[in-house]
Amino acid sequence: MVHQPVRQQSFAPWNDPEARPLIRIEGVSKSFGTFVAVDKVDLDIYPGEFFSLLGASGCGKTTLLRMLAGFETPSAGKIFIDGVDMARIPPYERPVNMMFQSYALFPHMTVAENVAFGLKQDGLPKPVIRDKVRAALELVQMGPFAQRKPAQLSGGQRQRVALARCLAKEPKVLLLDEPLAALDKKLREQTQLELVNIQDRVGITFVMVTHDQEEAMTMSARIGVMRAGLIEQVGTPVEVYEYPATSFVADFIGTANMFGGVVTADAASHVVVRSPELERDLSIAHSGTLPVGAPVTVMVRPEKMTLSRDEPAADWNWVQGTVSDIAYLGDISIYHVALASGRRVQVSQTNLRHGSEQRLTWDDVVYAAWHPANALVLTQ
Amino acid sequence: MKNRALILYGLLALGYAFLYLPIVLLVTYSFNASRLVTVWGGFSTRWYGELVADQKVLDAAWLSLKVAVTSATAATLLGTLAAVMLVRFGRFRGRTLFTGLITAPLVMPEVITGLAMLLLFVAMEQSIGWPAGRSMLTIILAHVTFCLSFVTVVVQSRLAQMDLSLEEAAMDLGARPLKVFLVITLPIIAPALAAGWLLAFTLSIDDVVISAFVTGPGATTLPIVVFSKVRLGVSPEINALATVVVAVVSIGIAVAGRLAHRRERERQDSQRLAAEQG
Amino acid sequence: MNQPLGNRLSGLLRRWGRFLVGLPPYAWLVLFFLVPFLIVFKISLSEMQAAIPPYKPLLAWAEDGVLQLRLNLGNYRYLLTDDLYAVAYLNSLKIAAISTVGCLLIGYPMAYTIARAPKGNRNALLMLVVLPFWTSFLIRVYAWMGILKSEGLLNAFLLWTGVINEPLQILETDLAVYIGIVYSYLPFMVLPLYATLEKMDLSLLEAAADLGCRPFRAFLAVTLPLSLPGVIAGSMLVFIPAVGEFVIPDLLGGPDTLMIGKVLWAEFFDNRDWPVASAVAVAMLVVLVAPIMVFQRYQSKAVDS
Repeated sequence: MVHQPVRQQSFAPWNDPEARPLIRIEGVSKSFGTFVAVDKVDLDIYPGEFFSLLGASGCGKTTLLRMLAGFETPSAGKIFIDGVDMARIPPYERPVNMMFQSYALFPHMTVAENVAFGLKQDGLPKPVIRDKVRAALELVQMGPFAQRKPAQLSGGQRQRVALARCLAKEPKVLLLDEPLAALDKKLREQTQLELVNIQDRVGITFVMVTHDQEEAMTMSARIGVMRAGLIEQVGTPVEVYEYPATSFVADFIGTANMFGGVVTADAASHVVVRSPELERDLSIAHSGTLPVGAPVTVMVRPEKMTLSRDEPAADWNWVQGTVSDIAYLGDISIYHVALASGRRVQVSQTNLRHGSEQRLTWDDVVYAAWHPANALVLTQ
Repeated sequence: MKNRALILYGLLALGYAFLYLPIVLLVTYSFNASRLVTVWGGFSTRWYGELVADQKVLDAAWLSLKVAVTSATAATLLGTLAAVMLVRFGRFRGRTLFTGLITAPLVMPEVITGLAMLLLFVAMEQSIGWPAGRSMLTIILAHVTFCLSFVTVVVQSRLAQMDLSLEEAAMDLGARPLKVFLVITLPIIAPALAAGWLLAFTLSIDDVVISAFVTGPGATTLPIVVFSKVRLGVSPEINALATVVVAVVSIGIAVAGRLAHRRERERQDSQRLAAEQG
Repeated sequence: MNQPLGNRLSGLLRRWGRFLVGLPPYAWLVLFFLVPFLIVFKISLSEMQAAIPPYKPLLAWAEDGVLQLRLNLGNYRYLLTDDLYAVAYLNSLKIAAISTVGCLLIGYPMAYTIARAPKGNRNALLMLVVLPFWTSFLIRVYAWMGILKSEGLLNAFLLWTGVINEPLQILETDLAVYIGIVYSYLPFMVLPLYATLEKMDLSLLEAAADLGCRPFRAFLAVTLPLSLPGVIAGSMLVFIPAVGEFVIPDLLGGPDTLMIGKVLWAEFFDNRDWPVASAVAVAMLVVLVAPIMVFQRYQSKAVDS
């Protein structure tokens, strides 16, 4: 298994109109009885990409993954892998492999037999199988454990064996169903980067399902955020965090302060929004145009606000309130500020100085302010 | 607190005494030289000698063994298919009837089952000429039928516990459904198949009522011989036979216990290994 | 729906695969379990005759060449007119019910104690309950004959201790039948009881105690209701077969211990009256249909969960 790293300085085939997707999902729906699990999803995934489907449980992400693997049949729509329509192809003939949340290691086989299982099904000659098994186990650093049974391995080791078993078959696509959910926090964080490095080395396209936004952000080239069977937004981690397409995405990824309001003025470089919840106008830098009177939501991330006891000089983009809660997290502190309107705003501040006393405390009157470039107008 | 536990364990001990005392007495009196049950006439193996010399008992035992092995094997095959159907096929037409046909034999009084099976065999012989007369064959057919349900229940519960993603993983790695069943599912549920087979074997070799209905001349099973002897009263020869049965079962259980013990030790070793890996 | 041909084909193949798996057990049970009951019903409507087989066909050619259907309800009428049958039915229900309660009284404390024993010991303790089942049922019933006889071990023991002066007549009474049924069916009661008691979340009892409930009240208010499915399953497993029990009343009971299983056996083997035996069986089934359905409901629920 010799693979060249495929990730270049700027890996973004989705921006290249010439690039051919490896997986093409066209208007795919899946319903169980009256329940619609996946609703007319369109999605392209490109060769070598690490793609994550992110969403809460029951949003349809696992169903979509299982349709790629062939365990569920779409109620409508088509799935193409490498240009081939998958409708008639059963799971055992698809060029994809899946890593299960439970790992699904065969308990009655050794580690080596588990990894060899898929290769045997392909009818490869014995020496070839032996070499491939060894290479796959080396890749995940499980070589010394080849003769162990799954019950004799720790959780992290089982996870590696499950990965090796899939990679040994050198599929075009590797599907991962919550691959790290069963690991404890420390091991999970360490494994995240390892998994990305392995993907980099083997160059196989990974499609991962996860409910953990941090995991998706850390590992993926692109993320598809799902809700109620629909894909709300597809984008790089930076895009979905900094430029969420909908208020759902803004709220689901990270924390967001959102203010409902209407557009009162639209200038070339910025738009002005009046929110009934705030005393001051909101001014947001943007490049598009919005009709005056349009209802919008304005989003500001907590870390993009600054907190002070002094009233800002500007006429817009600040709120005044009292500190109602402080969560000290070590690296940062999160302040909950209660406004006169009853609205609460979250502001996070980095604790820059060592051993610093809390500058602000409960019931202090404070001002939270932000720059027009740090707010975003959402129309959905 | 202490008292309550004492009372509970006392009740448990009484329960065990109730279960085991009759068997212990039976074994003891099989070595009694006297024909009378209450009189201890000294230690003797006389009744074992008479038992071994009784050709009728030996023939019946051999027949029972053949019937039990055949019935248990056939019942395990059919019962496994039935369990797969119930656990893996979801809803299918006639499922309600099928579950009824599986559960009803578990509790059906034996006299009813025996009579019904006999009338079926008579009707079949009249209309299609098979099975001709009542024989070992009809006993086996009847035993397979009521053992099948027990095997199904045992295999069904194991199959329902099995992680479905194991089968999906095998299919995902390129194995066709039949191969998945043979290479993955079957080895994993094998202990349940063994348990089901043993249960079926025991039920078959122990059955007297159903056998009595469906048997014919020349096909006398051991329980039928024992029953006809016992109906006439207590007989020391039967004590000896009972002791042989108890001995065989005890040896079997000792072996099974050792195997289970070893497996448990292996499991603990595995867990220790896994924990050491952290 | 306009499915591609290949899709339809593979679906067809899959359904055929399922069909091939399901056919053998399904066909077997229909032929050897369902059909026999229809035949029993049929023969219960025919008349006895001294021939082989000893009953008249329902369909016959009358002299004028007309096909005649002769339904004979006489067997059922006979069951109603002769007191013997009614008494046997009621007695069977009574004996089965009392034995079931007996099993429950002995089995519940056993199952409870085992379920609350240290985890490592539970399997061994449970195994001890099941073990006698693996030895012959017939031999275990037979063992009680030697114990309960008037010159048997129990009487010898009681005479020796001086509790009684002359032997008690226990064998060939209903009491002996109760003992025999409770003894033989006890494992069937303990197993489902243990299964429900073992599954129970013990923190429920801690919660009850925490909320001020004393242990015995907690047992009545929490443990007992939660173990009800086990009580029902165990009771059905004992009650239903006990109603039709033959071997135990035949060996341990007396000539006046009337049970319907014995009556059926006598009609069939001694009187060779197959139609009446069939009618007895059908009547017994009618009585047992409700408990069998309760059992089945529980059984399918237990497997589904």
